[in-house]
Amino acid sequence: MLKKSQLARTAKKTNRTITFWLLVGSLSVFFPLYMTIMIAFKDPSQMSNSIAGILAFPKSWSFDNFQQAMAITDFWHTLSNSILITGATMIVAVIFHSLIGYAIGRSMQKRGYRLLYLYIISGMFVPFAIIMMPIVKQTAMLGIDNRFGVVLLYSIFYLPMNLMLYTGYLKNIPLSLEEAAAIDGASTFKTFWSVIFPLMKPMHATVAVLTALGTWNDVMLPLVLLSGTGQNTLPIAQLNFQSQFGTNYNLAFASYLLALIPMLIIYIIGQKQIIKGVVNGAIK
Amino acid sequence: MKDKLNSNRSRTFLAITIPIVILFFVFNTMAVIQGFGYSLTNFKGFGGYDFVGLRNYIDLFSDERIINSYIFTFGFAIICTILVNIISLVLALGLSSKIRAQGALRAIYFLPNILGGLVIGYVFNFFFTYILPGIGEAINSGALSNSLLASPKTAWFALVITVAWQAVALNTLIYISGLQTVPEDVYEAGAIDGAVGFKKFKNITFPLIMPFFTINMVLCMKNFLMVFDQVVSLTGGGPARSTESISFLIYSGGLSGGAFGYQSANAVIFFVVIVTISIFQLRFLNSKEEQL
Repeated sequence: MLKKSQLARTAKKTNRTITFWLLVGSLSVFFPLYMTIMIAFKDPSQMSNSIAGILAFPKSWSFDNFQQAMAITDFWHTLSNSILITGATMIVAVIFHSLIGYAIGRSMQKRGYRLLYLYIISGMFVPFAIIMMPIVKQTAMLGIDNRFGVVLLYSIFYLPMNLMLYTGYLKNIPLSLEEAAAIDGASTFKTFWSVIFPLMKPMHATVAVLTALGTWNDVMLPLVLLSGTGQNTLPIAQLNFQSQFGTNYNLAFASYLLALIPMLIIYIIGQKQIIKGVVNGAIK
Repeated sequence: MKDKLNSNRSRTFLAITIPIVILFFVFNTMAVIQGFGYSLTNFKGFGGYDFVGLRNYIDLFSDERIINSYIFTFGFAIICTILVNIISLVLALGLSSKIRAQGALRAIYFLPNILGGLVIGYVFNFFFTYILPGIGEAINSGALSNSLLASPKTAWFALVITVAWQAVALNTLIYISGLQTVPEDVYEAGAIDGAVGFKKFKNITFPLIMPFFTINMVLCMKNFLMVFDQVVSLTGGGPARSTESISFLIYSGGLSGGAFGYQSANAVIFFVVIVTISIFQLRFLNSKEEQL
């Protein structure tokens, strides 16, 4: 049997080795980003054929590639499209998905609602590939093959997951709170807004993070709905850019870096909330 | 009084539920039904079309390109799932032990998860085309000095690395939260009984985090079977169509290849496959959990 002090000593010993190896391993995370930055700041003449030349620091840090890439991808317009679509979907998800989560979650004693719940949840198994082609036809027919349509469809595709998260969370909120509000004469809507919605705050964070990550980086839906409309999201702009200028690597990497930067900034600011939100969502 | 309140309440609930369910039905369920409808026609994506019955389905099973894409996608998903889960478990064990800068290290390892798969695919494309062969030449390794992406035999592995690089982030995080549920005194009791090192992991840790293993297996399989973004940017399905995933084939064949009806049939089969696997996995892994 080991003594406590011995246990503590072995723990301290492994501690440094593991830290060291984890630091070494983290290079695999940084390397692709390092490579992207180095290439983005060089001009083609500095890209000698050796990898040492490619990975070395640029002789002068020039923003020319970025300026050019911004002009070609219509960066600010594309960025605002991405923000608009992601932001709108997030707001819709938090407001409407929590609302229907409340309505269904509080009606689970009824068989109809239980079936409805299972029906919507089963939507999680529908791969986008199967509805992709009918969706293209439907949205074209309804004239919503535009940014509004994208937000609407995201709101529908994320409904199953968010409904599950909200109804699951609702189980922890006691009914008595609403009953008190109802007896005071508040309508069901008012009870929801003033009592339940604020109590759901931790779940709002999870839903917002998961929905935002999914929509911001999504390629398929904007690809099939927005191509040819002149309204690109950041990933789609990279796709178009690549097919035209993909061989000018310096320009291309400046453009990739521009596409990655908004998310990197948000992650640096809010990594704790993001990690917490993702964990909450995955484990529920 | 209470009855009136209740009926008011259920009316409001109904008023909320009905419009949202209708929207869900139109853009999800009806789309699935429509997809099934198209799969019974020879629709090209434009113009007129005829009803062809089950011919698309019969053709699917003798189409080499389709069969190859299923073999590729499944092989890719299985290998990637195993690789990602092993790496994630090791990382999670490391990140859960008493280390310095734990929060910062966890944040670093999670970073790849928030980046877009498409752009990461482009970045890795450059890495596999220029950097890795460059390293191979420098160390005189014949196998490495050719680009992995150039040969149909190795391109799939480049895709595995690229997808795994991102997927490990989320899986690690899930395993870490699993490890947090294991109380410290269980280990202490185990240490007294001589359970240390790998024995400790096998007999104590792993059985206790089994539910998290289940989540990760199901998440991985589902996501990897649907792989799309990285295929577009890393390999474009090539070389020689060796890395065409099912989603990629449905997209490229159906929307730009003029085989809308035919690929709809493919999509229906794919849907059935995904549902079957998800249910099977959940059942199988749940039964394992109960035994432990």
